[in-house]
Amino acid sequence: MLGLSRSDLLMLLFVLFLVAAAPILLNPFPEASRFAQFNAGYPDLMQRFVIFAIFAVGFNILFGLTGYLSFGHAAFLGAGSYAGVWMLKLLTINVLPAIIVSTLVAGVFSLIIGYISLRRSGIYFSILTLAFAQMSFALAASVLTPITGGETGLQTALNDPRILDGASSGTGNIPAPALFGLEMRDSIQIDFGGWLWTFNVGYYLSAFILLVAFYLSIRIFRSPFGMMLKAIKSNNQRLSYTGINPRPYTLAAFVISGMYAGLAGGLMVAMDPLAGAERMQWTASGEVVLMVILGGVGSLVGPVLGAGLIKYAENIFSKINESLLTQWFAFMPEGLTDFMVTIVSPFVGKGWHLSLGLMFMLVVTFLPGGLIGGVTGLFGRIFGRRSKAQGE
Amino acid sequence: MSKKKTPPMSAWNRRDVLKAGAASGVIAGAPMFFSRAHAADYINEPTGKTVTLGFNVPQSGAYADEGADELRAYQLAVEHLNGGGDGGMMNTFSSKALKGNGILGRKVEYVTGDTQTKPDAARASARSMIEKDGAIMITGGSSSGVAVAVQALCQEAGVIFMAGLTHSNDTTGKDKKANGFRHFFNSYMSGAALAPILGENYGTDRKAYHLTADYNWGYTTEEAVKTSTEAMGWETVAAVKTPLSQTDFSSYVAPVQASGADVLILNHYGANMVNSLTSAVQFGLRAAQANGKNFEIVVPLYSRLMAKGAGENVKGIFGSTNWHWSLQDEGSQAFVKSFGEKYGFPPSQAAHTTYVQTLLYADACERAGTHNPCGVGAALEGFEFDGLGNGKTLYRAEDHQCFKDVLVVKGKENPTSEFDLLEIVEVTPASKVTYDASIFGGELGTCNPGV
Amino acid sequence: MELSAFLLQVLNGLDKGSAYALIALGLTLIFGTLGVVNFAHGALFMIGAFCAVALQRILSISTITLDETKTDFLGNPLKIKTPIVEEWFGEATGQLLIDWSVPLAILLAIPVMMLIGFIMERGLIKHFYKRPHSDQILVTFGLAIVLAELIKAYYGANQISVPAPDMFIGSFDFGMLIGMAKGKLIYPYWRIVYFLFALLIIGLVFAFLQFTTFGMVVRAGMADRETVGLLGINIDKRFTIMFGIAASVAGVAGVMYTPINSPSYTMGMDFLVISFVVVVVGGMGSLGGAVLAGFILGILESFASMRVVIEAIPGINQVVIYLAAIVILLARPRGLLGRKGVMES
Repeated sequence: MLGLSRSDLLMLLFVLFLVAAAPILLNPFPEASRFAQFNAGYPDLMQRFVIFAIFAVGFNILFGLTGYLSFGHAAFLGAGSYAGVWMLKLLTINVLPAIIVSTLVAGVFSLIIGYISLRRSGIYFSILTLAFAQMSFALAASVLTPITGGETGLQTALNDPRILDGASSGTGNIPAPALFGLEMRDSIQIDFGGWLWTFNVGYYLSAFILLVAFYLSIRIFRSPFGMMLKAIKSNNQRLSYTGINPRPYTLAAFVISGMYAGLAGGLMVAMDPLAGAERMQWTASGEVVLMVILGGVGSLVGPVLGAGLIKYAENIFSKINESLLTQWFAFMPEGLTDFMVTIVSPFVGKGWHLSLGLMFMLVVTFLPGGLIGGVTGLFGRIFGRRSKAQGE
Repeated sequence: MSKKKTPPMSAWNRRDVLKAGAASGVIAGAPMFFSRAHAADYINEPTGKTVTLGFNVPQSGAYADEGADELRAYQLAVEHLNGGGDGGMMNTFSSKALKGNGILGRKVEYVTGDTQTKPDAARASARSMIEKDGAIMITGGSSSGVAVAVQALCQEAGVIFMAGLTHSNDTTGKDKKANGFRHFFNSYMSGAALAPILGENYGTDRKAYHLTADYNWGYTTEEAVKTSTEAMGWETVAAVKTPLSQTDFSSYVAPVQASGADVLILNHYGANMVNSLTSAVQFGLRAAQANGKNFEIVVPLYSRLMAKGAGENVKGIFGSTNWHWSLQDEGSQAFVKSFGEKYGFPPSQAAHTTYVQTLLYADACERAGTHNPCGVGAALEGFEFDGLGNGKTLYRAEDHQCFKDVLVVKGKENPTSEFDLLEIVEVTPASKVTYDASIFGGELGTCNPGV
Repeated sequence: MELSAFLLQVLNGLDKGSAYALIALGLTLIFGTLGVVNFAHGALFMIGAFCAVALQRILSISTITLDETKTDFLGNPLKIKTPIVEEWFGEATGQLLIDWSVPLAILLAIPVMMLIGFIMERGLIKHFYKRPHSDQILVTFGLAIVLAELIKAYYGANQISVPAPDMFIGSFDFGMLIGMAKGKLIYPYWRIVYFLFALLIIGLVFAFLQFTTFGMVVRAGMADRETVGLLGINIDKRFTIMFGIAASVAGVAGVMYTPINSPSYTMGMDFLVISFVVVVVGGMGSLGGAVLAGFILGILESFASMRVVIEAIPGINQVVIYLAAIVILLARPRGLLGRKGVMES
């Protein structure tokens, strides 16, 4: 079905189930519970999960298949974001043109950068992509301020032309990005016992696009093109001896992953219409690299998990403050409460980076092959057989 | 911490929310899911006994210490609002609407988040406060990029934004929003307050060389200082943009002395300021002579917290600041006392402005009798008050900017403690720094209650 | 352009370049000898800088006496701090020790950084020699975050002022030497010290690798690790020591840098990207290349920040290093002096 093997179809259905049920799965704790702070089932974070998953899945097409490690993919995300906001400003508040144009602009941008950078390989390639991205970032934050809004970021405004939408709404408020009238921020909330589930329009649009992107990624992995890319990774030289020039293939992979990044950028501004220059900084490029490695390089589902874990740490751990910890441990005797708060607080709130760093070290040390390697290894142990990493 | 008890009528999501009693069956066929059924008058309307505020401050990155100080001030403000502690500036505040029983009788709770001093992260954090925690007001931040980004978000989402430390003209200028309010002063005011003092001390015949951080705040500060100093006769020799990520300013500072300038103006903040000032002093600019005069350095916006990183180098250098703990008025003293007793050191200007913003928000709720952003906004617009450390202050209705006295300060020659880095040279009255609300463009729009 | 302005930027370039070269040198030692992509190298530089902060703090440990005649900001009696070193060694010697805390910190930094290097290599890095580079990136990046956060938790996020000894405050007038007017070409003493110090360290590292048996074996190991191992030489131990040396080089570079820019916990990350660019532009596996690239990029950066240049090409000061990196890497496939086959796949 859909041109997929049975196991791939199962994997796709599994991802479909995960993203469709995310508003429920990510809110495991009742609203009134002490642990409700760990719930991640609110629109902003769910949107981020799937958008960064798209970014990471795309990045994995380049890195996982060809082994070319780009340290500048954030530039394409950023370029897509700027293109998207400009569409929302100039053309229409409908997100569809913004998302399409973001993807295309990132495609063109990645074609240029990829064409030049792919003249080198290994670390030389990585530094070339890093240099291009850092240049884009530095210029976007400074001299390109009229186009990019500089450090403050590019936003929609009341007096934007929006030529397809006709006269502005006149309500004194900037219209929210929408898909044919369905606003991205609209939600249905369902109160189920103590649980509160939020089904958000923007999230489901992003989730749908993730499924499409994921499906395409499976098809690419399984295609002759994908085989060729893997051949480039395993032995570039031997490939050239057979008379095949690997450059067009790697360039194609580069552009595809750049377009995935642009798509993610377009979705980001569709969910929240602001594009900031720091989206292009090396830290942002590094983040997607970390997502893919953390999840498992070259696996299909791994990058999705890696993206989720990093974004979860960033958004959930950073919000746990001392007064919250005191509430959590309040059931203990007083001295013990203080002790626990003292022990835990360096790892959360303002110390959330520490947890992130430790997590990176622990995962890579104890789970070779990343999260997905760990998960499949665990399943293998449970079911008594060693299954290979999904997607490999 | 807020725990929503999910009362049937509480809407904590952005807008147009329809709540169903149970999950089963509802998903299948309900064409009216997106109907505009108004469950509440405004987003995150508190219905229980508590009200949640969102404190969104930098907790990682270069501004983390400033963020930590803001957070201390917020916690102090919450304590005072809930009737704890010594009441701080609530006792000296000219408005007596606050009773120490929370806001409108509801106990104040709060959530915190990390802006990372990045617009993206700051918006993500603010959105989670609004969507997940039901925050009714967002406040904090330590840079204008973040303030402008979060303010726009709050406008879209329909909650009030009480800006923290943000000094760019844009926040209440071209990027102003109906739901956003700023107590902190801005670049224009710094320029207007500094120029006369610089004229008095250094004369009106000076040649200035600007080094400007290459981003929005740098531009507006350079513009403001240039305009006000040129108006009194100074000449601007050059204005060079420096990358925000620059750490070693030697190559920018080295040519200054040979340029014919006799004043160096550092339109830098935070780490940029510490590093460029350190470089300038290393290159002997403070001790140098030019055009037959002593060479001078000026830092338009001082942060005491960060000035510490420049050590001895700040001595004798003029700048401006929103507030300083050595002020002798009743309000400032009350604040320094309760902050100092709780934490053991005096508060920074960032702590002061965030404490005041929290009190002002709470007071506006009390006077308006509602948390509705439109009601609160109306109560803040044109509000005149006193007793919060800056003398008589006006929240101007046209641009939601506070107008109050501005402090011109100088790096202290003989500090008596590690906190005693700046001395107040002049308190420039509000009337001298007031400008026409229309000069920076931008539109407020209308207030958005989020439903 | 005036000659003095030109020469001034050459000096600036050498000064910036010496910082880049020092960090890149340590990084390329680890790259070249151990084949490890060490994203924690910037953090080692930062920790070195905080050795200076720590020593300053240690020397300033004080006994506290209350002065009833003065009051602090809360109206309590003012606390007067007297550093213990002043009590022990007398006021003059004590003051001198505190004043010289930065150069003294080198003595602290070398053993501390050696130890950190050993622990890092034995405890963590050695398990990653045979793992893919991507795993090395993740583990060292995680380590960099952890180290930075530990420093932040203890010393806070703000910069901490660590001044140079008093006798190095002020500037030297090069212009006077070559007959220019006074004040035309002056350069701060400490920055000159930093440049000379960098040359010294670079020279020591090269001499060590070139002229000692130890260095010879390590160089042989860089070229062909397996064969050296087959010769019965314990290359692992030597690599551990090399890691310690690389960490120490980064550490002392950090110590001496503190008076130039007050250190903060973010300084490691600030230097991380630039140091990678320098190493790669210099060419993988080449120590000389790293040093050369450091100075070239430093000088280019300095010239790009001149007013006439910025006015001619707006924004050039923002991108010059990256632009130069692209041009060099496109013109020379393995950077300036890179060897074939190192980190190319």
